[in-house]
Amino acid sequence: MNHKTRKLIYNILFYMGSALLVVVVTIPLYWMISTSFKSKGALMALPIQWIPKNPTFNSYKKVFSLFPFARAIANSAFITVMYVVITVLSASMAAFAIAKIRFKGAGVIFAMYLASMMIPVQITLIPMFIIMNKFSLINTYTSVISPAVFKAFAVFLLVQNMRALPDDYLEAAKIDGAGMFKIYKDVIMPMMIPTVATLSITTFMEAWNDYLWPLVMLSDKNKMTLTLALNTLNGQYDTEYNVLMAGSLISMIPIIIIYIIAQTQMKQGITVGGVKG
Amino acid sequence: MTNMSKEKKRIIQAIPFMLPSIIGMVVFSFLPIIMATALSMTDWSGLEKFTIHTIPEHFIGLENYAHLLTHQEFWNTLLHVIYYIVLYIPLGFVFSMIIALILNTEKKFTGVMRVLFYIPVLTSWVAASLIWKWVLSSQYGVINSIIGIFGMKGPDWLTNKYWAMPGIVLASVWKDMGYYGLYIFGGLRGIDPTYYEAAKVDGAGKFRTLISVTMPLLSPTLFYCLIMSLINAFQLFPQVLIMTEGGPNGATQVMVERIYTYAFSYFKMGYAASYSWLLFLIILILTLAQLKGQKAWVHYES
Repeated sequence: MNHKTRKLIYNILFYMGSALLVVVVTIPLYWMISTSFKSKGALMALPIQWIPKNPTFNSYKKVFSLFPFARAIANSAFITVMYVVITVLSASMAAFAIAKIRFKGAGVIFAMYLASMMIPVQITLIPMFIIMNKFSLINTYTSVISPAVFKAFAVFLLVQNMRALPDDYLEAAKIDGAGMFKIYKDVIMPMMIPTVATLSITTFMEAWNDYLWPLVMLSDKNKMTLTLALNTLNGQYDTEYNVLMAGSLISMIPIIIIYIIAQTQMKQGITVGGVKG
Repeated sequence: MTNMSKEKKRIIQAIPFMLPSIIGMVVFSFLPIIMATALSMTDWSGLEKFTIHTIPEHFIGLENYAHLLTHQEFWNTLLHVIYYIVLYIPLGFVFSMIIALILNTEKKFTGVMRVLFYIPVLTSWVAASLIWKWVLSSQYGVINSIIGIFGMKGPDWLTNKYWAMPGIVLASVWKDMGYYGLYIFGGLRGIDPTYYEAAKVDGAGKFRTLISVTMPLLSPTLFYCLIMSLINAFQLFPQVLIMTEGGPNGATQVMVERIYTYAFSYFKMGYAASYSWLLFLIILILTLAQLKGQKAWVHYES
């Protein structure tokens, strides 16, 4: 086999693999969209309808009538935004103290933060349930949002990036008589915008798609997030896939839009890592 | 003296900045771990009020652990996770690698591809599970319809005890491959182009370069992906709860699903807590392997 044929074979295999992969990714998404426009009867039609014969918007209307779905969207939006804001504020303040004030003991505290990253959420689940119950916070937004105050990974990310900032800025601001809070707000944070943006996106994804913690905390229909709303619909109407698919699609759109905006805003492209939904 | 007061001043300056985070660490990390440890040695149900007396009143020592380790159920959940891993790792590796290679061609369409491959990652597990439950429907699902085109009959995926886990694996690979693909792509970008030039000079073809140059240089990245996949495999949860609820006949029961069920359906909080400690132990071992491996790889590179 000469060089050219080998290259050709490689290219053919590569493009076939790519095409296959695109199909694999797209089919479930396409099937969701297609199903959401079907009537209940068309769901059970055989052979299956790849393109709905009589497309209808009924499932979209039904999602909102079967469940306070608009409410769930608002709940998700509120909880997620609060979660992101609290994570960024609390983590950036702690990171500032660790990386820039460099008080005695900062190293020990940072090591504890790193160690706590190894602890899986499942182990803290039951005790946190008990704690929330003690404070009568079950079925409140606070219970879902408050754990944002301690996100070890966020602190880690911010400390790494703040350490890379030269101390000259800080010293200059100090000489100008700026207090620590002013330095944090006006000197350090403006330089951290790229990191904060990446952190906000990953945290947004995490909070928007979170399942286990809200599931344990919220049982009131009017307080449920989108993932819980979908979960509840699945429990009650588990054969009405047109409705479930419409709901799924609605839940996906905001996060996809935010991701695309973030991608185009940051030219070098963000590497959203470390967090999985 | 001045040094001392300077240090003191720094601590005082740091306090307001550290306070929210430290309180969070105590309430949401320290205290829960202590409580989980204590609870794991009790037979507390979770239905009675939790007070300061709960632990001593319900204390049973290491009985929960003994019960867990001597009963088939725990070992079965481990077997289920291993079944998942054996299918998930090779499939996930091949697909993620292809995604990384596609993105690395830097052709015009890769921007669109990047978003497309990332859509499953952005999707919540609840939505993804619902989509896949329907995709895998044995009668009305797309997968079996496609299999049907080739004249074969697809399995009853989620209702068959042998096929339920492969069904969950398909959904998981679909959801995760964009994440790992993008991560490996980052690794590919980090490879010094002079290696490729050297390979070209030596007359290596594309496939040869991939196997002999790219893969070894990529091994730290791939090792990280492997460990992360393993950790995530042991934490398998939402897809199982929504797609099969651990069924059929317990064939897809996994650790987190058991923890959740024991705590919030069977009301055996103490037992669930001991379960979660065993999970933590497994994850800890994997994390330490990752840290150790990382050092070895870094050494290898230099």
